[in-house]
Amino acid sequence: MCGIIGLLIKPESKRSQLGEWVTPMMDCMGDRGPDSAGLAVFSPVGDGPLRRFSLFCGQPGFDWTELGQAFERDTASEGHLSAIENHGRLVSPIAPDSLEKWLSREFPAVHLLSTGRSIEVYKDQGHPAEIAERYGFAGLAASHCVGHTRMATESAVSPAHAHPFTAGEDFCLVHNGSLSNPWSLRRRLEKRGVDFETDNDTEAACRFLEWRMREGESLEDALKAAFVELDGFYTLLMATAEKLVLVRDAFACKPAVVAETEDYVAVSSEFRSLAHLPGIRSAELFEPVPEEIYSWSL
Amino acid sequence: MEPVSLGALDLRKLSVRQLNHFLHHEIGATSPSRVEILNPNGLHNIAVGLDAPVRVDVRGHAGYFLGGMNRQARIVVHGNVGWSVAENMMSGEVRVKGFASQCAGASAHGGLLFIEGSASSRCGISLKGGDIVVGGHVGHMSAFMAQAGHLVVCGDAGAGLGDSLYEAVIYVRGKIHSLGADAREEPMAESDYDRVGQLLSRTGLDWPPREFKRVASAKTLYHWNVDADQEY
Repeated sequence: MCGIIGLLIKPESKRSQLGEWVTPMMDCMGDRGPDSAGLAVFSPVGDGPLRRFSLFCGQPGFDWTELGQAFERDTASEGHLSAIENHGRLVSPIAPDSLEKWLSREFPAVHLLSTGRSIEVYKDQGHPAEIAERYGFAGLAASHCVGHTRMATESAVSPAHAHPFTAGEDFCLVHNGSLSNPWSLRRRLEKRGVDFETDNDTEAACRFLEWRMREGESLEDALKAAFVELDGFYTLLMATAEKLVLVRDAFACKPAVVAETEDYVAVSSEFRSLAHLPGIRSAELFEPVPEEIYSWSL
Repeated sequence: MEPVSLGALDLRKLSVRQLNHFLHHEIGATSPSRVEILNPNGLHNIAVGLDAPVRVDVRGHAGYFLGGMNRQARIVVHGNVGWSVAENMMSGEVRVKGFASQCAGASAHGGLLFIEGSASSRCGISLKGGDIVVGGHVGHMSAFMAQAGHLVVCGDAGAGLGDSLYEAVIYVRGKIHSLGADAREEPMAESDYDRVGQLLSRTGLDWPPREFKRVASAKTLYHWNVDADQEY
């Protein structure tokens, strides 16, 4: 089944409330996906060369301090590392390629979940309410976010198979549905040098879109190509540093509802996860129609 | 289960199970003829399986399956509904003041479902004798395999309208994006104008019946045709 959620807060003055507003959305959609959950939040890391890297390590008791010290020693790059449980957050000017190479050599059990000047990703196995609690989602401040609650149907339940999936920088995607042709898509992308990390169908969609954007298309044009290339069922919710984008496939059998007020745009699989939001009674509510691209910019 | 008093049909305080237990078992005993449900907040299965001539007002947006299997009751939703409102309704009336998500009135055997706004895809799928009136538009594959009853659409109809239709009849006032397999537009007879007029009058809508088109089954799928080469 799976649940998807997204929230974009319009006035800067209310962005400190993102976590407080989105956490009940995620808890509620735990009914649609109790296996695992994830959330990508966007807030600029600052000017200059700094990037934010979200790291994951599933080894119990992993020593993040040691990783931070080794990073400064080995890479001659500045870095600020903070960690909660299985997640580490590194802010550093290091080039993403160099970090990836260093990680795979020195800390092969640590996965790079996201890279960018705005994105930060948390995902893990367990009930969404538990994950939200574990990583303190309620305290997050950001302009926008996308989240997912997973009920696995086509690949393993693991933190790596949880959504959001990311590719490139400052791009992520969550998916409710299932694709029928992820492997043919994947073989085509692999010939073009695109690497995959899991056998999950959603990763194929995510990497397909990011590859098209890297080739020069806008996300909207990449999605028009996706309507032709992706076979299967999907409601996809994506985010970049600047916007939220939502589409449903031609059959539109995976649900979505959108609520918009002066303060926010909220997207969810079901209205009941939006019922707590301030001003929801007077929000403009609609159900997105098939194969239409909905985009909301900051 | 704790008995529920009339003044407390507030879904912030009651579970849907408690609410439906009240509606199934207490109605008639304490003999209210009208109840109000507060704070539906998109919850599923509100007021399903009713079998009493009661009026139910739902104050807000409801989730999936509202009023499913309804018999006798008149349910009014002052908001939107999720999937499959009035699914398998037997009699009575369900009225939605806002919009309805997909599969509205699926397989309804009787009664009237009135959506004041638009209904999304698969409205009236497998309809079995109920009547559906939609004030706005309907989405793709509406009235798919509908067997009996009527679907009246005051706005436009999406792609594949009436695909594999049996004996149900569809009336559309606006544009039809495309007809499904075996559905065809037919001339309106006087009996069609009367029927559209009667159904609209039950909803309070006053579109002239002359503005509606009739869509019904061409019945070419009723019997196996060896020459068709599966090219429907």
